Amino acid sequence: MFRTFGPNEVWYIVMAVQWTLLLSAVAFAGGAAGGIAIALARVSPIRPLRYFALAFIRVFQGTPLLMQLFLVFFGLNIFGVGINPWVAAAIALTLHASAYLGEIWRGCIEAVPSGQSEASWALGLGYRDRMSHIILPQAAKISVAPTVGFLVQLIKGTSLASIIGFVELTRAGQIINNATFQPLTVFSLVAALYFILCWPLSLWARHLEGRFAIATAR
Amino acid sequence: MVVTAQNIDGNAAVKMAGVEKWYGEFHALKSIDLTVARGEKIVVCGPSGSGKSTLIRCINQLETVQDGTITVDGIELTAGPKNVEKIRRDVGMVFQQFNLFPHMTVLENCMLAPIKVRGVSKDEAEKTARTYLERVRIPEQAEKYPAQLSGGQQQRVAIARALCMNPKIMLFDEPTSALDPEMVNEVLDTMIDLASEGMTMLVVTHEMGFARKVADRVIFMDKGEIVEVGEPESFFSNPQNERTRTFLGQISH
Repeated sequence: MFRTFGPNEVWYIVMAVQWTLLLSAVAFAGGAAGGIAIALARVSPIRPLRYFALAFIRVFQGTPLLMQLFLVFFGLNIFGVGINPWVAAAIALTLHASAYLGEIWRGCIEAVPSGQSEASWALGLGYRDRMSHIILPQAAKISVAPTVGFLVQLIKGTSLASIIGFVELTRAGQIINNATFQPLTVFSLVAALYFILCWPLSLWARHLEGRFAIATAR
Repeated sequence: MVVTAQNIDGNAAVKMAGVEKWYGEFHALKSIDLTVARGEKIVVCGPSGSGKSTLIRCINQLETVQDGTITVDGIELTAGPKNVEKIRRDVGMVFQQFNLFPHMTVLENCMLAPIKVRGVSKDEAEKTARTYLERVRIPEQAEKYPAQLSGGQQQRVAIARALCMNPKIMLFDEPTSALDPEMVNEVLDTMIDLASEGMTMLVVTHEMGFARKVADRVIFMDKGEIVEVGEPESFFSNPQNERTRTFLGQISH
């Protein structure tokens, strides 16, 4: 006997959106903190720091997100933390986001004209003041559009957490499909929900890009 | 003011001795010896790629050198990074491209370094900033952003910003080269004012009228060497070196 696909099933899937959003938010917040550290390390005058950040980025950009999830998930277990999909997904996505945001933001920092650093040095400003008052505020403006663009990728990326058993939107769809055997209906709904989350963000990113183009036009 | 090597040694604002600089294979500065007295105004000229910008950028270590010593205000720069930070506070610089901070108002541009580097209070920094904006004749632009100003106004803000640090030496790296012709004089006039107040100045420029009026000595550089040094009178009317004559011939047309 299969369950029918009714309002309760729809509701179950819709409610799973909150876990997708929560996981995205945690990964984005963690990734933002990690990303700024990685970006600063990438442009640091200290050579080992630059190489460490570069290696970090290369590893996470050069391996599938799913493998990163597996490694963290099973790795935590081996180190005796136990099997916890929530923690594993949050850690893996945070590391993943740190690498990508770090690389995006490095580009933004380097896009600030070198004259800005020269003027800061000439005025005697130290590293902290130069970064926090001159370079990062200008890099932040450049970074908004690509950062929102990455956020869309990240939200979609959270669907892979379903494979390690974290019940978010995709996993909720799988659960309902297993009970109802109506894959086309179920996954159409799931896809539509992702679209509703991501599309406005994409539009926003494009809008910001346009605004940035106007702001920097001379 | 006539400056000779005897009366400035020991009390020099800037002293460069045997300075060598390479960019890879390119020999940008060749055994540069130069002593600048306190209060002296030096104009550096020469064809592009002659090393004149590199020369003054060494004085606040925007460029590092491979050999030789640079002493600024009695402190040897080439001796370590602590000295470099110390010296940068006392050496102001004005760039060809202004390099104002575009996300800050004119006033904020002028206040940042005194607050962060000198540790003065916000009120005091603002008072100083407004004084210098008055001096460069744009007090009414204080609340605007750099992009809202003309090139000449931006460069005057850049001069005010440097002066707010109360520097002992001012470096000018082609300060009028990026300006529309009608704005060159407002910047030069500001620099002439500054010169008349006794500031030590090193100016890289092609404005020979400014050199005649203000310079104590004019330096001609070519291919990384100081080819000729002279007081403006003799430098312009009776240049000794063939390369100087060729250069002056080219820019006077």
